[in-house]
Amino acid sequence: MVAYQLSIFAENKPGRLAKVTSLMAAGKINIRAITISSSDAFGVINMLVDEPDRAHKILTEAGLTVSLKPVVAVVIPDKPGGLDNLIQLLSREEINIENAYGFVLESWEKAVFVVEIDQIDKTVAVLEAEKFETLDTEALSAIEPFHYMKY
Amino acid sequence: MYWKPELETMERDTLEALQLEGLKKSVTSAAKSVFYGNQFTKINLDPSSVLSLEDIRKIPFTTKDDLREAWPYGFLAVSKDELVRMHSSSGTTGRATVIFHTARDLESWTDLLARSMYMAGMRKTDVFQNMMTYGLFTGGLGFHYGAEKIGSLTIPVGAGNSRRQIQIMKDFETTAIHIIPSYALHLSEIFEEMGVDPRRDTKLRMAFLGAEPHTEKTRQKVEEFYGLRAFNSFGLSEMNGPGVAFECQYQMGMHLWEDNFFMEIIDPDTLETVADGIEGELVLTTLKREGMPILRYRTKDLTRIIPEPCQCGRTHRRIERIKGRTDDMMILKGVNIFPIQIEKKLMEIAEVGNNFLIILERDGYNDHMIVRVEVLKDFFSGDLKQLEALRKRITAELQSDILITPRVELVEPNSLPKTEGKAVRVIDNRKD
Repeated sequence: MVAYQLSIFAENKPGRLAKVTSLMAAGKINIRAITISSSDAFGVINMLVDEPDRAHKILTEAGLTVSLKPVVAVVIPDKPGGLDNLIQLLSREEINIENAYGFVLESWEKAVFVVEIDQIDKTVAVLEAEKFETLDTEALSAIEPFHYMKY
Repeated sequence: MYWKPELETMERDTLEALQLEGLKKSVTSAAKSVFYGNQFTKINLDPSSVLSLEDIRKIPFTTKDDLREAWPYGFLAVSKDELVRMHSSSGTTGRATVIFHTARDLESWTDLLARSMYMAGMRKTDVFQNMMTYGLFTGGLGFHYGAEKIGSLTIPVGAGNSRRQIQIMKDFETTAIHIIPSYALHLSEIFEEMGVDPRRDTKLRMAFLGAEPHTEKTRQKVEEFYGLRAFNSFGLSEMNGPGVAFECQYQMGMHLWEDNFFMEIIDPDTLETVADGIEGELVLTTLKREGMPILRYRTKDLTRIIPEPCQCGRTHRRIERIKGRTDDMMILKGVNIFPIQIEKKLMEIAEVGNNFLIILERDGYNDHMIVRVEVLKDFFSGDLKQLEALRKRITAELQSDILITPRVELVEPNSLPKTEGKAVRVIDNRKD
């Protein structure tokens, strides 16, 4: 399954991220994960949100330069070697990772590793064949990160 | 103390008579060129009707655009066979203006340089290090021949390669240098890095600062750091290059060589000549050039004539340090750049909008150009690498045209000030 990440072009200066988060707050959009990569005077804010299409609309209407980009969100065990299994597989299949980030779903249980790649269809097929769980937007928005509630 | 005493201290009456003779010759020979030939026919001007210096006002102004339009040979007043040298204005490639010289023209130019450098105090006993670009740029070769004419040992080292410059200064005991002021300030940092003190470890005693307008403060900084006297020099490739106006030992304004050039100061708005002492745009006419006479050339440089006689005894009037420009030309590291060049290049790149901003900064002693460019929304795919590649491409494209490497910054669409009416394209933050 494929998920969608929002990428926002932003100049590297105070207030740019604040503008994005305030728009998300006002629009009641939940940010599941966020990373920022910057290069000197400008950068890109990457976000996984619960409603990417609506968030895209809000940001675009506010005049921001936004792109909706397909990514693969893979569920991995949150334990030593959990990530390694996945990466070794991608390596064997010669899949190159352009950008990646991860977040924990349930402490010591589950984590999500999000990868930007150019061979997206191949990656999804390989992961499914190896029984990796991938999340789409709907699944991402439904995930319950509050592990303590299970006690 | 004078290189050509009879010319330099000539009575004003005699000098003006000489100017009139030169003007008549220039107008007559200019009429042979395609450009002036057509112009004179159009306005019905008979060269023989120029009978006094005031009559110069019958002639229209010549502009840089005229020179470009008549590119390459439209201003020639002699056959191409008579030419021995070509130069072009610094920097620009697409919009360069070219100037041609006959052998006699080169002789007069060389004499002007020798006269100017001698006036500032350079002598046969000096070792002269010419730290200017050689080639099409007039600053290198112009000074080179002048220095050789005086008889100084001339080192044609050219521009750049800072450590080697300093090593040469030490090894060959350079006493005089020709240098771009911003580079002189930058070089002071290299001196410090190398642990060389120019006051203690070199024999430097004088510097010619040129090719870039600079302030009195910059001069003082250069003089202080290097322990020498720095002389301001003025020229433009259209009027040969350096050697138009130079400072004498009193360093109070630059003597403009009036036997070679007829100067007027005009109000850039009304285009009327203003009285001596009033600030305006400098307009120059060549009085001795054979190959390519230029009449009433609008330099776009702002200055004023200093009417009072100079203590040095020279009768050629002085102009003040250049205050600025009447157009939007920028001068960075001695290179002339127009915002339109940047605009033209950017418009060729599909991924960027037309809105851009040029910022000139002084970082320590180094001048930089920052070009802020808006990225088009549709182009953005969310990829930082793509943006980086675009930034590099824009940098390379601009660098190929303006010859200096700007720092390109990509900015969000609609984030730059909107262009209403005359857009502010350039912000100059360079201060002393």
